[in-house]
Amino acid sequence: MSLERFMNQAISSWMSAEGPDSDIVLSSRIRLARNIKQYKFPTLFSNEEAEAVIEKIKARVEHSSFSKLGEMELLLMDRLQPLQKRVLMEKHLISPHLAENSTHGACLLSENEEVSIMINEEDHIRIQCLFPGFQLSEALSMANEIDDWLEEEADYAFDENIGFLTSCPTNVGTGLRASVMMHLPGLVLTQQMNRIIPAINQLGLVVRGIYGEGSEALGNIFQVSNQITLGKSEEDIAEDLKSVVSQLISQERSAREALAKTSNIQLEDRVFRSYGILSNSRIIESKEAAQCLSDVRLGIDMQYIENISKNILNELMILTQPGFLQQYAGGPLRPHERDIRRASLIRERLKMEDQELGG
Amino acid sequence: MICQECNQRPATLHFTKVVNGEKAEFHLCEKCAQEKGELFMLGSGSGFSINNLLAGLLNIQPAFQESGQDPFQQEKVLQCEQCSLTFQQFIKVGRFGCANCYETFKDQLNPILRRLHSGNSSHSGKIPARIGGTIHLRRNIDDLKINLKEMIAKEEFERAAELRDEIRKLEKQLNADQKGGE
Repeated sequence: MSLERFMNQAISSWMSAEGPDSDIVLSSRIRLARNIKQYKFPTLFSNEEAEAVIEKIKARVEHSSFSKLGEMELLLMDRLQPLQKRVLMEKHLISPHLAENSTHGACLLSENEEVSIMINEEDHIRIQCLFPGFQLSEALSMANEIDDWLEEEADYAFDENIGFLTSCPTNVGTGLRASVMMHLPGLVLTQQMNRIIPAINQLGLVVRGIYGEGSEALGNIFQVSNQITLGKSEEDIAEDLKSVVSQLISQERSAREALAKTSNIQLEDRVFRSYGILSNSRIIESKEAAQCLSDVRLGIDMQYIENISKNILNELMILTQPGFLQQYAGGPLRPHERDIRRASLIRERLKMEDQELGG
Repeated sequence: MICQECNQRPATLHFTKVVNGEKAEFHLCEKCAQEKGELFMLGSGSGFSINNLLAGLLNIQPAFQESGQDPFQQEKVLQCEQCSLTFQQFIKVGRFGCANCYETFKDQLNPILRRLHSGNSSHSGKIPARIGGTIHLRRNIDDLKINLKEMIAKEEFERAAELRDEIRKLEKQLNADQKGGE
């Protein structure tokens, strides 16, 4: 398969479309956890109950489709190959738990992949809306509409005092997890993240790197999300997160300005070195690739590099994950082979940019 | 010793990490260790997940019960009627078995929820349209009653009278709804 065709199939709209503040905010996500009253939660339910949950959702979709979403596709985890599940996971459309540990897990996916409804994950229903750029309110209102649409036919487990009942008490109340994926190279380079993360934690929000482990955020990509689901309304949770994200955006912008003023040539050098590595290396590990991609994206945002599309970071961070590399290769790869594949995929992708300009 | 990460607070956590035969010593304060925490925990592959953390948090309760053992009091096993999950099992996995568990473990739950949600223990968000039924209406009435008290305190009696009429109207509607639902 040619890279171009592979990419057309692989890219979800949240990775390629341009959204508000998309120079810093890569994507916004809303997740709502819901359960159906009459069935036991997925940790304890029987096979019959699991199937009944899927049937219920299926019936809802067949009865009256939700016009905004267009055609929805139902994917049963039992029927998918491990590699297919891995690819869905790397695209953030399903969770690792759904892919690996669910009984009769399934996922209802909208055509543009902005909406994915996970079935029989930790809760019976998890509605996820993943939008490009900084669009938390838009994602929330979409999730709410889908929620209302599902509720027309399903009796939710709901308590007047503690709200939506979830399998895990950390999600009870609104069942809402709102998160924003941000590219913050300026704050990392100026070593401000160590100061910022604890401050944000104190506000009941969590910051973590989504690639890589622990405090190390591969590709300088961080996820900021709410921790508390009980006691605040959905709108308040989203607003609180939005205000913190807005502050982070302006801090990142001023960090970039400061860098341009104080170490312009060093930064330009760094950007072009990374560009050189990406366009020439034959073997590249995910960590190095992530760092270089982050540098190049920063270079694009700061107009050192002008002829490369901005999506390159979002796209290649996903496409160079192990699952995608193996799908592109058409079979399993050993880690060393993956590094070779990764290097060639990145080179080829950068070449496509040149061709587009030429043509 | 001062924390090597922030160079401000005293280091309280000291440990040595060996990666590929290379030894590195760490002296961190609690705050920085927390920040770096995941790295070390995950790196060692100890499976230090939110489940374990949660189970640890919940475990505080049975510890109390054990210390206060009364030989004459028969130990009552708290168990959910619908899914037969016991409270002990819940503590282990940190997951409920069904919606009814929330009712069964109600008394144990409040302190846990407060701990997990910075002191909050009651929902103030969305109410599902269909099964929410009269909740919307009742909340509305409660809000108006609070308003009414405020108006009386401010001696704005005209506005208070309006509110009183509105409350009466809604209460009538609520009664009708409840009768209709039964």
